[in-house]
Amino acid sequence: MTATGGTDGASRVDALIPALLETAPGAESGVSVGDETITVPAAGLATLAAAAKSSGFEMCSDITAVDYLSIRRTRFELVINLLSLSRNRRLRILVPVPEDDPVVPSLVPVYPGANFLEREVYDMFGISFAGHPDMTRILMPDDWQGHPLRRDSGVGAVPVQFKEAHQVV
Amino acid sequence: MAGSNTTTDIWVSGTEVPEVAEWMVAGTDEGAQEMDREETRARAVEQRGARVVDDWVIDDTVADDERMIVNMGPQHPSTHGVLRLNLELEGEIVRRIKPIIGYLHTGMEKTAETLTFLQGGTNVTRMDYLAPLHNELCYSLAVEKLLGIELPPRAQAIRVLMTELNRISSHLVATATNGMDIGALSMMMYGFREREMILEFFERTTGLRMNHNYIRPGGVAADLPDGWEDDVEEILERMPVAMQDYEDLLKENSIWKGRTQGVGVITSEECLAYGITGPTLRATGVEWDLRVSQPYSGIEAYEFDVVTAKHGDVYDRYRVRIGEMRQSLRIVEQVANSMPPGDYKTGDRKVSPPPRRRIDESMEALIHHFKIYTEGFKVPAGETYVAIESPRGELGCYLVSDGGGKPLRMHTRAPSFSNLQALPVMMADSLVADSVACIASLDPVMGDVDR
Repeated sequence: MTATGGTDGASRVDALIPALLETAPGAESGVSVGDETITVPAAGLATLAAAAKSSGFEMCSDITAVDYLSIRRTRFELVINLLSLSRNRRLRILVPVPEDDPVVPSLVPVYPGANFLEREVYDMFGISFAGHPDMTRILMPDDWQGHPLRRDSGVGAVPVQFKEAHQVV
Repeated sequence: MAGSNTTTDIWVSGTEVPEVAEWMVAGTDEGAQEMDREETRARAVEQRGARVVDDWVIDDTVADDERMIVNMGPQHPSTHGVLRLNLELEGEIVRRIKPIIGYLHTGMEKTAETLTFLQGGTNVTRMDYLAPLHNELCYSLAVEKLLGIELPPRAQAIRVLMTELNRISSHLVATATNGMDIGALSMMMYGFREREMILEFFERTTGLRMNHNYIRPGGVAADLPDGWEDDVEEILERMPVAMQDYEDLLKENSIWKGRTQGVGVITSEECLAYGITGPTLRATGVEWDLRVSQPYSGIEAYEFDVVTAKHGDVYDRYRVRIGEMRQSLRIVEQVANSMPPGDYKTGDRKVSPPPRRRIDESMEALIHHFKIYTEGFKVPAGETYVAIESPRGELGCYLVSDGGGKPLRMHTRAPSFSNLQALPVMMADSLVADSVACIASLDPVMGDVDR
C-alpha cells in the first residue's frame, strides 16, 4: 500500500512483524479486517511491547479488553493498540486472559500512558496488571462490587439511595 | 415496606442480587484513589504518571504546615465539568497532581452492547458532547468497515462538511473557556457567539443543536436542508471577521501572553509516551494529523495544512486551535463548492431501508423497513479499530461483532481520557494560578473522559 494506507497492513510485506514475533515465544501474527494483529501469551507481553516500542511504535493509543464469556475457551482478551507515527502504521496486540488467573504484566514501564488505560481495564473487567504503580479503580466508586463490563454483570436498575425507592406502590 | 426483597423487585435484569445493607451503609469516599500522604521518591515519580524528570523530592526539612493536599473540584468552574484534582501544594507551588475522574461515568460502553448498530449512534454522540459528530463518524466508520460497504460521494462530503464545522465550534468553546479561565471574559462572549451560529446550522440540518445522531452507519440521516449553501456562505463570511476579533483581543495582548507563554510546557517525547494527541501534540511541533496520515471519509481530496507550533505551552496550543479553525474553514469552503450530487446514504439494502414510495407499493419493502428498525441489520463477525482526528485528538472505536444485530463490545478510545495524563506533567512545580490555564488549554470534555 501507499504511505496513506496506515491501517491497511494486509498487503504489506516486510520483516517487522516476523522480527517482533521472535521476541516472544508463542506469539502468532494475524490479520483482522485489514488490521495487523499479534496474539501473544501474557508471559511474553512485556518483551513484545518493549521490542515494538524500540522498532518504532512510539505510542500506545489504546488498551481495552473483550469478555468472550461462553464464546471462547479463554474468557477475556486484552487488546492493545499501538501506533507508530514514524512508520504511519498500527499494530494490535491481543492477549488471551483466563478467568481464573486474570493477571497480565503492566505496560506502564514501557508506555507510561498505559497508566489510566490499564486502570480502566482493571475497573471494568477485573483484569489486574502486575507492576502497575497505582492499581485502583478509576471510573467506578472505590466501594463498587464487581466489574461492570463483564458480560455476566447485569444492565438495568441499581438500587437508588432514596428511601421512597424501596416502597411498593 | 423496606428491605432486601423490595430492592430485588426493581432489579430489572442481571444476575447479581444487590446486597442492600452493604450498599446503603457504604460511603462513597474515594479512599484508594487519594494521593498517599507520605511517599517515597520512586512512588512519587510513578504517581505522577511515570518517568518524567522530577526535580523535587519530598523533603523532610519542609515543615508540614507548608505542605498541604488540596482538592480542586469536582465542583469548580475551571475544571470544565466534574474533574477533581488532588493537588499537593507547597505554599503557592503545585508539587504533585493526581486527577480523579469518574464523576460523569454513565456506562456508555455497556449501554452500547444493548443497542442495535443503528441505535448505537444515539449513544456515542453523547460522549464528547462538544464534538458529537466526530463520535458518530468514528462509530459509523467502524460499523461500515465491518460491513464492508462503500458510501456514495455525497454522503462522504456531507460528513466532512459537518465534522469540520463541528471542529470549528468545538475549538471555539476551547478558546472561549481558555480565555474565561485566565480572565479574558470577552473571549468567552465572542467564542460562544460564533459557536451559536454554527449550532444553528446544525439544528437546521439535523434537528438538534447537540447530540445529533445525524451521521449513521450507511450514510447520514437526512440530506442537507434547502438553502444550506446560504447558511454555509454566511458562516464562511462571518468567521474570518470574528477570528480577526479574537486575534486583536489576544494574539499580542501582553497580559494574555504573560499568563500563557512558557506555562504548562510539555515536550513531544512526553506527549508520545503518554499517548497525548491532537492540538497538544501538534503544539510541540509534531506534524501528526490523522486526517492527513490515515485519511477517512474522502477528506484527502481537500487541501489543508497541518498547523503546528514549537514551544508546547498554553499559548502555542491556543495558536494551533486558531490555525486549525482557519484550515477547517478552508475545507468547508472546498466541500461547499464541490458538493457532489446523488444519494446521501448507501443503496445497500442490507443496511439502509427501502425508499418511502417502495413501502407504499410493496409489502416486502414494508417488512424490510420494519425489520431494520426493530431487529437492526446484522454485521459480520469480526473486530476492528478505527481512529479519526477529533478536535481533541485521536478518537478511536474498537468494535467487536459476533455476527448479530448488536455489538459484542464497543469501546471508545477517548482523546480527553488519555490527554488528562498530561496534567501531572504540565502542572508539576508550577503556580496554582497557572493550573487553570493548563486545564483549559488541554480542553478536556468530561463526558469523553468518563463515558
